[in-house]
Amino acid sequence: MKNPKDQDTKRAFTRRSLILGAGQLGLVGALGARLYYLQVIEAERYRTLSEENQFNLELLPPTRGLILDRNGIEIASNEDNFRVDLVPEQTNDVRATIEALRQIVHVDEWNIKRVLKEVARKRSFVPVTVVENLTREDISRVAVNAPYLPGVRIEEGRSRHYPFGSKAVNVTGYVAAVSDSELTGDPVLELPDFRIGKSGIEKLFDEQMRGAAGRRQVEVNALGRIIRKLPGDDGQPGQNIQLTLDMDLQTYAHGRLEIGNSERVPIADIRVQEALARSGVPKRYLENEDGTVFLDKDGNIVPGESGGAVVMDVHTGEIHALASTPGFDPNNFNKGLSARDWEDLLSNPRHPLTNKAIAGTYPPGSTFKMIVALAALEAGVAGPETRVFCNGHMDLGNARFHCWKRWGHGHMDAIAALEQSCDVYFYEVAKRVGIDRIADMARRFGLGESLAIELPGERSGLIPTREWKLAVMGERWQKGETLVTGIGQGFVLTTPLQLAVMTARMVNGGYAVTPSLVRKPDRAIQEPPKVNVSRSHLSLVLEGMRRVVNGQHGTARSAKIPGADFEVGGKTGTSQVRRITKAERAAGVIDNEDLPWHRRDHGLFVGYAPVEAPRYAVAVVLEHGGGSKYAVPVARDILAKAMERDGLKSSEADPVSILPDSEPTGRG
Amino acid sequence: MAIGMPSSSLNPPELTLGTKLQQINWGLILLLVLISSIGFAMLYSAANGSWTPWAVRQAIRFGVGLVITLGIALIDIRFLLRWAYLFYFITLGLLGVVEIAGEIGMGAQRWIDVGFFRLQPSELMKLALVLALARYFHHLTFEEVGRIRSLFAPLFLVFAPAILVLRQPDLGTAGMIILGGGAIFFLAGVRMWKFVTVLVLGLSAIPVGWQFLHNYQKNRILTFINPENDPLGAGYHILQSKIALGSGGLFGKGFLQGSQSHLNFLPEKQTDFIFTMLAEEMGLAGAMFLLLLYVLALGYGFAIALRSSSQFGRLLALGTTTTLFLYVFINIAMVMGLIPVVGVPLPLISYGGTAMLTAMIGFGLIINCYVHRDVEIGRQGLDDHHR
Repeated sequence: MKNPKDQDTKRAFTRRSLILGAGQLGLVGALGARLYYLQVIEAERYRTLSEENQFNLELLPPTRGLILDRNGIEIASNEDNFRVDLVPEQTNDVRATIEALRQIVHVDEWNIKRVLKEVARKRSFVPVTVVENLTREDISRVAVNAPYLPGVRIEEGRSRHYPFGSKAVNVTGYVAAVSDSELTGDPVLELPDFRIGKSGIEKLFDEQMRGAAGRRQVEVNALGRIIRKLPGDDGQPGQNIQLTLDMDLQTYAHGRLEIGNSERVPIADIRVQEALARSGVPKRYLENEDGTVFLDKDGNIVPGESGGAVVMDVHTGEIHALASTPGFDPNNFNKGLSARDWEDLLSNPRHPLTNKAIAGTYPPGSTFKMIVALAALEAGVAGPETRVFCNGHMDLGNARFHCWKRWGHGHMDAIAALEQSCDVYFYEVAKRVGIDRIADMARRFGLGESLAIELPGERSGLIPTREWKLAVMGERWQKGETLVTGIGQGFVLTTPLQLAVMTARMVNGGYAVTPSLVRKPDRAIQEPPKVNVSRSHLSLVLEGMRRVVNGQHGTARSAKIPGADFEVGGKTGTSQVRRITKAERAAGVIDNEDLPWHRRDHGLFVGYAPVEAPRYAVAVVLEHGGGSKYAVPVARDILAKAMERDGLKSSEADPVSILPDSEPTGRG
Repeated sequence: MAIGMPSSSLNPPELTLGTKLQQINWGLILLLVLISSIGFAMLYSAANGSWTPWAVRQAIRFGVGLVITLGIALIDIRFLLRWAYLFYFITLGLLGVVEIAGEIGMGAQRWIDVGFFRLQPSELMKLALVLALARYFHHLTFEEVGRIRSLFAPLFLVFAPAILVLRQPDLGTAGMIILGGGAIFFLAGVRMWKFVTVLVLGLSAIPVGWQFLHNYQKNRILTFINPENDPLGAGYHILQSKIALGSGGLFGKGFLQGSQSHLNFLPEKQTDFIFTMLAEEMGLAGAMFLLLLYVLALGYGFAIALRSSSQFGRLLALGTTTTLFLYVFINIAMVMGLIPVVGVPLPLISYGGTAMLTAMIGFGLIINCYVHRDVEIGRQGLDDHHR
């Protein structure tokens, strides 16, 4: 079949096969070039992308730092929190497994619905939490029954715990779930169980206590399932915060403040039952956490007193107790507060959410008189011998200013006026010294300004001046207002903390200590600046304060601690929250106990002990406590407790310090 | 074959089985074993270090396929020529059957269950077309090839199956059928200007054709143009494939160590994307080695075609070689993001019965052309050579 035509096809074929071959080789070359490009030139980029695919960063939540008291007692701790998770893919029937679990631990209907919803939404290997906050006993029952509970896993988490409940909540604050506005980009905040400080120390020191999250790489597949866990960085636990609080004293102060003038009685007590029968079921907030109620001296159920108390070391400024009542249980916030409980907290007329020790502002009443006396003495408008005659009132223009003692005190010098808290004396010296110098003296003792204590929400109170009134009220200062300021009424507002600081600065020899709540290493404590008030003037005021408690006519003779080998000094204060009309005064001032609670006078007392060598200053404010007479015993008891704690400490410390170094001790 | 014809003296009178076996390109067979073994290893790795479910079955298929290869290699080439049209039309019929079956509600089933594997007629069609075109052009002189009217019949042979698979719609297979057919047109001597005309017409038809594409097909093409545009959607697979390839580097992550493949970031790692897995675990070195083996195997095809004395043998050998080349090229170019994802397996390596069968039949045909390289086949028909 050889013919030329056939040769043509063969030649054409050969030529074209070579073209085709060259083309195919060229394409293979293109493949090779592409391979080289991807695997050599771009290799680094793709290797990174591959690793990003392969590994996910898993965050390990850091252990939150503890809050400790000055003796190392935990005020906020971390507690094991056992929970039961369910891995849907490990069980054939999620419902049946939950039903089986229900035979062992309590799971409510609402929770089951939530679990089923989550199971439907999440990937089948993602564990879903069924129940939380289980006891060890529950957990062991679940563990024993594990063979009948496919897919059920026991997990251990950490949750914040406040062993003292409401006793120090105004200091510690509380933690709760992170809200969207608090997200800062720190990925740990996005962990589902993470808690963030919402108030108090927990809020202010949140970052220190939070620590740094650990990071662990986990190998994941394309669905996100974890294939392998790789070793990583364990993170940094949060720092502990040691407070200056003495929890024994704090607990005592809180309880004592709450009781006020009433009595703590168990609910089962017959007198409580009688009171209930008489007045019906009380509002929920009348019942205390420990199942007791307060009975007043007439046998009626009353709510705990509302107020603030501060105990401060007069030399260092360390706060040993900072109580505010009523409190609330911070543990509830961590577990998730019900809307109803939250409503109750907000609507409670005694404002549990306000830290009254630092954010409650009250007219200081007569506790302000030391400031006025010092201002007058320093200005030279009154001397130690200066006497003012009190006939029960003082007239200025056509206004009459009354003394609390209707028929007057007679002749008063500075010491006697403090001892008996004579209003007319202070009207007179205030008029002489003027508002400007009073305000200046008040500021030197820490009033009217923020003291920068380590807590959020501190209020600065108010020390009025001419400029202030003009600016805020648009009116000129009236001389009568100076008089009213002279007895701590009118515009003046102070916090219990400020009153404690004022007292401390007076009794510590005139050093402008500032309060601190967080313990600092000893070297960080510096000698505070001087207040710059003459020593003799200070001694004069202190003598007045000593006599308030120990003098024959003292207004706080009940502040004397029975059986104590030291003396207490102080000053009472009563601040009106209403105006006493002329008509009322004529008919006789209505007794506080006959007024509705919110119209009663605030009761105040500032004190210190021991008089000879002052160590502690205390300030107590009982909101609407019906005057100073109820604040005095509270302050006295707290001060006695503080001194008792102080004594314990020195007797404990001494044997250790006298041991010779060479002698072996049992303490290792 | 009529005795006494001049050609008969150059031709062996009749090949015995023993001679034929000697003629078989054992070197090519060795290459096939090598390539397939790489496939078994990759399937072993794809199953996370397990012979089941893929590697063992693939090996059995290769064994069966090898018998088929040798069987086909030994069939007299003239029988192949004689049965070429029949084979073509049977395959076209099967293709029509699965098409119609698919349309009248049996779902998207494109295969026929033949027991140990599922036969896809569209795969076999690629070879049937080569056989039919080789036979058709074998009968034409160079001048006849130059005439337009002699192209109508082969154009029908190409477009009948192409349109059927396009309706599936399977762009990849349709493209391969047209390209494979076009290669034979080219080799048979169809004039260059015709190709140029078709190319120009084809390009100008693209905007029109775009209208007829399904949305997902449009998406694939758009994704191909810019895969990073939609990294978690349509572009996900190709992006993950490129990550796997690129992260393999020069020498790969090591056998069984491909993180992309083993953590399921790679789609279809045992079938269409198996080359990616190889390149991830064995690196550029492994991938280039496999490419080299393919080039050698296909080189045999070129050599055999050039050595064939009949036009049928030449066209059959090189047409089949080109079809196999298209498989290799389209698959690898696809997983590297050079062309859109079209679902074409990698011959001898991708898991799958039909793909293995097609490749083994293809190489059987190529070897057949070598064994029968000197058999003269009359242009006008078989009768001239019939004994």
